[in-house]
Amino acid sequence: MSRGRYGQYGGQYISETLMNELIYLEEQFNHYMNDPEFIEELNTLLKEYAGRPSLLYYAKRMTEDLGGAKIYLKREDLNHTGAHKINNVLGQVLLAKKMGKTRVIAETGAGQHGVATATAAALLDMECEVYMGEVDTKRQALNVYRMELLGAKVHPVKSGTKTLKDAVNDAFRDWIARVHDTNYVIGSTMGPHPYPQMVRDFQAVISKEARQQILDKEGKLPNAVIACIGGGSNAMGAFYNFIDDEEVKLIGCEAGGKGIDTPYNAAALTMGKVGIFHGMKSIFNQGDYGQIAPVYSVSAGLDYPGVGPEHAYLRDTGRAEYVPVTDEEAVNAFEYLSRMEGIIPAIESAHAVAYAMKLAPTMNNDDVIIICLSGRGDKDVRSIAEYRGVDLDE
Amino acid sequence: MSKIANAFKDDTAFIAFLTAGDPTIDKTVEFILAMEEAGCDLVEIGIPFSDPMAEGVVIQDANVRALKHNTTTDDVFDIVRRVREKSDIPLVFLTYINPVFFYGYEKFFKRCAELGVDGIITPDVPFEEKGEIRDIARENGVDVISLIAPTSKQRIQMIANDATGFIYVVSSLGVTGMRSEIKTDLNAILSDIREVTDLPLAVGFGINTPEQASQIGKIADGVIVGSAIVKIIEKYGEDATEHISEYVSSMKKAANE
Repeated sequence: MSRGRYGQYGGQYISETLMNELIYLEEQFNHYMNDPEFIEELNTLLKEYAGRPSLLYYAKRMTEDLGGAKIYLKREDLNHTGAHKINNVLGQVLLAKKMGKTRVIAETGAGQHGVATATAAALLDMECEVYMGEVDTKRQALNVYRMELLGAKVHPVKSGTKTLKDAVNDAFRDWIARVHDTNYVIGSTMGPHPYPQMVRDFQAVISKEARQQILDKEGKLPNAVIACIGGGSNAMGAFYNFIDDEEVKLIGCEAGGKGIDTPYNAAALTMGKVGIFHGMKSIFNQGDYGQIAPVYSVSAGLDYPGVGPEHAYLRDTGRAEYVPVTDEEAVNAFEYLSRMEGIIPAIESAHAVAYAMKLAPTMNNDDVIIICLSGRGDKDVRSIAEYRGVDLDE
Repeated sequence: MSKIANAFKDDTAFIAFLTAGDPTIDKTVEFILAMEEAGCDLVEIGIPFSDPMAEGVVIQDANVRALKHNTTTDDVFDIVRRVREKSDIPLVFLTYINPVFFYGYEKFFKRCAELGVDGIITPDVPFEEKGEIRDIARENGVDVISLIAPTSKQRIQMIANDATGFIYVVSSLGVTGMRSEIKTDLNAILSDIREVTDLPLAVGFGINTPEQASQIGKIADGVIVGSAIVKIIEKYGEDATEHISEYVSSMKKAANE
């Protein structure tokens, strides 16, 4: 069996043309992660540029209103560029630079990973091109312009479902033609090895900080950590340092879309089957004969027909639990957190907030929940207004 | 000796690719038989997939056309059955691994054996993951065709030692599609591979003109053409048969000049 396995999941199912590059990337990643100078440089960027550590905020009004467990928000929305994506991107773009690459490419769904990559590329003086489904360029037009402001070139992807999975396809197609000068900066814990591990390790800073912060504030570990999950990067980052703490429940909230009893959802772990796609064996939404299914979510960042291999493994072993959250529940939570705490969450993160709203009242007052608030919701204001039938242009 | 060896026994082989079900199941059968008549030595039948990551736009579009009317893996097997009623031409599948995995390896390769599919090319299964299908394919007499790319370098020996049927030499970086010029030093790659194997070497990716076919024909055992044929199918649809025949016969001739 090949490298990079999580039980049966993971692996390197990719064109021969990319294999030597993936092997080189893994070597370089392992080398630099053990290089104190690289770690120091990365930590300085995370601190001085991205604004880490991010706050662990006690959501008092929300806690009192729901009347159960104490709720803390891990404020990844306060990072520079407004989401957890920057943690991974600073690591990968710095690594690309060390490897002598001059160009980075990325896929993006909601645009957050694209913006983060364009940001890091500007900072580290690299050429940057971003692939984004045409549907998403319309849903997230503001992020397209942000990427362009940052000096990146955005390619609207017109193939297939014109969303995140198609953006990944085109990014791989670009990379295979330009492996010599380009690194593909994957935004989630997905793709061929070493990406799921690399992205997890760069995102693990979320749970590393949160674990210490909650011990400082509460003197104990949380009862549950809740995160939204598309490909799974913020969830993997939020879970990772709690995996060995068996008393801590780990809960991933998938995009239930219009409901898992309809075809309009992106809940891979709830509805999908084992398959091999985008370089990995994992769980995918697929139709008859193994065609990858078109998926749907109000959230462009969760609109992906699969999930990272380590999440599939955590599900199978029972260490983490994955639940679908519908569009309607997520939009309600988006509005709820805005009014209750004065924090507008990303619609992706609102999926985690929504589940916490159901879970907290069933728990005791001395129980503690951490929600990974993976991003801020400014980018979503227009589409949520649309969802509610409010015309902002009138 | 599997039927694949027959393709290379006389002169430089011409290997044609088309996407099954584009534009229809019936036409795919007709195109394959016409290509054989025109001098094609081996046909790669593409099983349509929703996300053909290694393909350029021309073949991506063919996948979309084939899936629009729901061409299934069973339909593709049916194409093979119908071709086999009239022809012994070596046939290999070109498919991404997920449709095979979903169908079930056991069932898939048994069906290949029953119907006379000689080989399989899976562009998203590199040497490291070949264990997915190596044994089950061998048990059923199906050759797993290995790909070697311009970036393979020190991997060549490992791949070639494990290869069966023929070796698919990828001419260039990038995805499939017609290229006006192939810049890779193919001579060097082919001679590196020949040092470690006696299997036939067929070159594909980007080849579309008779000049290129003749150039490659001088140094390789086979010339593989996909996008250029699919482009003819895209242009002429149901009326493509004679245009494909004409093209295949000119390319087969050029490959041996």
